[in-house]
Amino acid sequence: MMGWLLVALLAVPLLGALLLLLAPHALRPHLRAYGLVLSGVTLALAVLLVAAFDYGQAARPQFEIDLPWIAGLGLRFHLGVDGISLPLVALTALLTFLCFVYLCWGRARAGEQLMGARPRALVFTLLVLEVGMIGTFLALDLLLFFVFFEVVLIPMYFLIGIWGGEGRRAASVKFILYTLLGSVVMLLGLLLVWAQTGTLDIEALAAAHGAGMARSVQILAFVAIGVGLAVKTPMWPLHTWLPDAHTEAPTVGSVLLAGVLLKMGTYGFARIAVPILPEGAAAVAPWLGALAVVGIVYGALACLAQRDLKRMIAYSSVGHIGFVLLGFATLTPVGINGALFANVAHGLITGLLFFLAGAVKDRYHTADMPSLGGGMLATLPRLGSVLTFASIASLGLPGLAGFWGEMLALFGAFQPANVLPRPLFLTYMVIGGLGAVLTAAYFLVMLSRVTHGRPRRPARPAERVLQVVGGPSPGGGALDTPDAGVPDGDAHDSPDERPVAPLDAGDRPGEIGGRLVEVGDRPGEIRRQPGHIGRQRDDLGDQPEDIRTHELLAWTPLVVLILLFGLWPGLLLSLTTPAVQILLGGAS
Amino acid sequence: MTTFPLLAVLLPFLAAFAGLLLPRLPHRRGRAAEDLAPTPGAGTAAGAAGERANTRAAWIAVLPTAASAVLAVWLAWGPGFAFLDGEGATTSPPTGQTYGTIVTGGVPISLTLQADNLSGILGVLVTLVALAVQIYSVGYLKDDPRYPSYSAFISLFTSAMLLVVYAGDLLVLYVGWEIMGLCSYLLIGHWWEDRGNSRAAVKAFLVTRLGDVGFLFGIFVLGLAAGSFRVADVLAKVPEMSPATLVTATMLLLAGVAGKSAQVPLHTWLPDAMAGPTPISALIHAATMVAAGIFIVARLFPAFLAARPTLDVLAVIAALGMLGAALAALAQDDLKRVLAYSTVSQLAYMAGGLAAGSDTSAVFHLVTHGAFKALLFLSAGVVIHHVGSNLMSRMGGLRRELPVTFVATTIGFAALMGLPPASGFFSKDSLLVAMDGALTTGGLTDAAALLLYACALATVAVTGAYATRAWLRTFFGEATPAALPEPEPGTAHVVDGREAPRSMLVPVALLALPALLLGFAVEPHLALGVAATSVVLALLGAGVVYAFWRIDPGADPARLLGPFRVPCERAFYVDGLYAALFVRPVMALARLVVSTDDRVVDGAVRGSGRSARGLSGALRFAQNGNVQLYVSGLLAGVLLIVVGAVVFT
Repeated sequence: MMGWLLVALLAVPLLGALLLLLAPHALRPHLRAYGLVLSGVTLALAVLLVAAFDYGQAARPQFEIDLPWIAGLGLRFHLGVDGISLPLVALTALLTFLCFVYLCWGRARAGEQLMGARPRALVFTLLVLEVGMIGTFLALDLLLFFVFFEVVLIPMYFLIGIWGGEGRRAASVKFILYTLLGSVVMLLGLLLVWAQTGTLDIEALAAAHGAGMARSVQILAFVAIGVGLAVKTPMWPLHTWLPDAHTEAPTVGSVLLAGVLLKMGTYGFARIAVPILPEGAAAVAPWLGALAVVGIVYGALACLAQRDLKRMIAYSSVGHIGFVLLGFATLTPVGINGALFANVAHGLITGLLFFLAGAVKDRYHTADMPSLGGGMLATLPRLGSVLTFASIASLGLPGLAGFWGEMLALFGAFQPANVLPRPLFLTYMVIGGLGAVLTAAYFLVMLSRVTHGRPRRPARPAERVLQVVGGPSPGGGALDTPDAGVPDGDAHDSPDERPVAPLDAGDRPGEIGGRLVEVGDRPGEIRRQPGHIGRQRDDLGDQPEDIRTHELLAWTPLVVLILLFGLWPGLLLSLTTPAVQILLGGAS
Repeated sequence: MTTFPLLAVLLPFLAAFAGLLLPRLPHRRGRAAEDLAPTPGAGTAAGAAGERANTRAAWIAVLPTAASAVLAVWLAWGPGFAFLDGEGATTSPPTGQTYGTIVTGGVPISLTLQADNLSGILGVLVTLVALAVQIYSVGYLKDDPRYPSYSAFISLFTSAMLLVVYAGDLLVLYVGWEIMGLCSYLLIGHWWEDRGNSRAAVKAFLVTRLGDVGFLFGIFVLGLAAGSFRVADVLAKVPEMSPATLVTATMLLLAGVAGKSAQVPLHTWLPDAMAGPTPISALIHAATMVAAGIFIVARLFPAFLAARPTLDVLAVIAALGMLGAALAALAQDDLKRVLAYSTVSQLAYMAGGLAAGSDTSAVFHLVTHGAFKALLFLSAGVVIHHVGSNLMSRMGGLRRELPVTFVATTIGFAALMGLPPASGFFSKDSLLVAMDGALTTGGLTDAAALLLYACALATVAVTGAYATRAWLRTFFGEATPAALPEPEPGTAHVVDGREAPRSMLVPVALLALPALLLGFAVEPHLALGVAATSVVLALLGAGVVYAFWRIDPGADPARLLGPFRVPCERAFYVDGLYAALFVRPVMALARLVVSTDDRVVDGAVRGSGRSARGLSGALRFAQNGNVQLYVSGLLAGVLLIVVGAVVFT
């Protein structure tokens, strides 16, 4: 009855994008508000969807709409949302909106802000991207899924190729060729399924649990579809487009790439590959698991020796996606639940991390860790705190969102489906566990290199440094300077145990430093002082500036959700569990 | 009453958030002052604002902890010390309730918080030591600009530890277990300007996390075998589990225990963890978190009792750990490192008691150790605060300047050595009795039991020696009136003449009471022979050190170790060994992966791109727009076809 909701979710950004083409000059002065409003409306629709969703029936597609599309071919415009896709739709709408907030809020600044190069094209690109992403998660028809899956590539190609960094051309070409190649293979697999069963309806195919397809056909189709999805996911060894794309992409591109685009690949496993081709899945799962754990360890090791912050976060995705794929490979409700949870958690956490990496690059003009020099908690305490929080969430600390998915994926591997060889999966579990330790290792080493230690700013004149160290000075400690006087008459004030002069401030997620200004892991509390931030900004000079208002607005929801899902994993698990049990009906 | 465990956990948790958010909110007056004078010279106002923030943070930290302590005492009031009197963990039904179940698609997670005889005692220990440390820290970090976050992290830690203690579900317990590790990391790295502190924090987190992976897998094994993660269900199913399952599960759990409780071979992080502020060492790295491993074994003791091989392994680990760490403690110059190695050694005692089959004596020692080791650390903090250095070679003759601390430390060392009537005497005696009993009752294999008991007795003597050495070198002899050196990074403040502020002395004095008297709380089960042996051994060790010290009070009595001194000081080179075996290979592997990724994996991708382009380049030669070439090609083709047609027909 509320099928219009899904159509509206697609129509709002699509019409918005078209309107930009039709009336370019009328909209030009209001581009910022335009992007914000459209993505905001989409987000509101997604929230409405979350609110109206019948949680008792999470296993079944809801708000279905099923219209003939290309009658001659039997293609249908079939949309629906169930417990698996609902969180991803909401995540997509949220992240897109936050990207617009990040781009549009406040007075535009140089660099990555919307008012840089080609603002209209950027808004258009992002809106089209949103259509493709949401459509992928809503589609219940194989070819419709494929169409949306492909629609996403083009705007992302332009996003990297136009607004990217120095090596953007090569990275964008690599991205599009690689993923298109994967898509072709996937298309062949989908067509094979169609040829064998005569239907493209995902719901019907999933309910059939592979009936009507011989085992060999299923294996072939699973491999073909799996390769296509694995390129997008990306699975080791098909991952090499990812670091380049992430390193060169602008911040919002990285965020959407990591936060949503990678999810489309993993979602494909949950929506198409595993339920439609159960026998193929059972045959290929050991290989999938093997590649997954190789990806976990390989990604972690690659991160450990990485110099570039953005590249490191990109490789960390390879590792985290390894956990997701391991969860799918177990073919158990626990494992797939874990995979889906890890999927959403990764979207939130890595999205936040890329926002942060973008902010770092924005301020230091490099993401090369040795050049950053350390001491970020002293120079940019709030940014350092949020970075610490995100890293700790990403390394899978219980109580934050990153943990539950990985834990459940490992638990799934501990007791895989009956058709799978248990000793093999026990080995995977152990390797995965060691990978989790390595994950912790590279994040902590990164934090140690970037946020700890004394700040070293070779770019600045020495005299300036002295000023900063010496105490309050206009450019000094960014926000903290006026508050950060040396406590007078303090015989205890020894340089060695005291942070570099008074600028020191919060040092952890939530750690607070500085003398007066509050800092914390919950940007929520920083928000209490937007006026303060605004007031200080003008006289900053060349000193990098701590978290700005638009960044704060964009990051706060992510931080809150990471905490929420971490403390109450049941929120997501109760949503996915019934759907997963239906989905596995034939496999186990 | 049934909500008390939840409240006790939640109060410090909320305090942690409040402590992070609220103290820095500008005071109305402070804000005005700042607006008036935002230029240099606002230092006074800002300093005052910082002090206000610290004061506010102190209240936010202390009050909820105190409330939690009241709740914990209330919860423990009924059972009292019933657990230590041998009545087991579950004589009366636990107090608490389940707050819901999280479906996972497999074994569900149930959010249960409850207090039984065992967790009642531990809850009291945790909250009281945390309270003492919070009050102490107010004075210790009075001028630290990061005090609000510091106290908030202690609150978070208290909450996590209480979660571990009161959890009725293994995965809930694991959550608290890991958050403790995080707090440990954050607080060790409190003075992160120094790279050394940062490295120590990372090391602590990684080493414990390595053990925790095993711990998580152990939980998986138990949970799957029992069909539930609830502690009560798991323990009820233990008799039905196969020995292989139990041995696997307990061995894996043991990895986590070794990591958290700093037992061989995962002990190396604890001495480095002394880089953190001294109150943190007292709370996390002496009294509570490191004892969590012991607590877990006691919690799941029926499972361990049913897995004999695990107990043997535990006995060997404990035997090696207690003696090795005690010897290392004898050679350290840094007072805090002496205490750190002493903690490793004492925790190994508890592990030995568990291996010998006596969970009550292990928990008894856990409690007394919590009291006297926290006392020793807090006293050491006063000393360090006073001297401005961690090194004992810079101390000496302090008993006149710090009389209160001197008395408190003396009580602490007496308890550590196991001299009557201090609490440590009773608990250590009950441990030794248990280990003595293991020789005959056969809970362990003979060799393991013998090794354990022999090492335990030897360690008593070495403990006497290192405690006496530290005591003499700190409080006796000549004061070393060195010109104030640059304080070591990570040490606290510089000399200010008198005893420490009252907020530091009161917790010290209050902790001295249980350290002295806790032994009488439990019905004594003294075995005179064992007790006399241990006291004689401890005095023997003390006497040897005293003799060496008398010969030359200025020199370090550690010279009695002779050629073994350097290996002991370096803790038998384990760190170097691990660096060579694990750290460097992993880093080398990481670099290899990066270059492989670039050359091989991505190389293949780029190579395929290049070869495609090369191929197209070859094809392009044919498409060069030269009509003559096209015609020639056409004719050549026709010719080939004709020839083919002629030949093959």
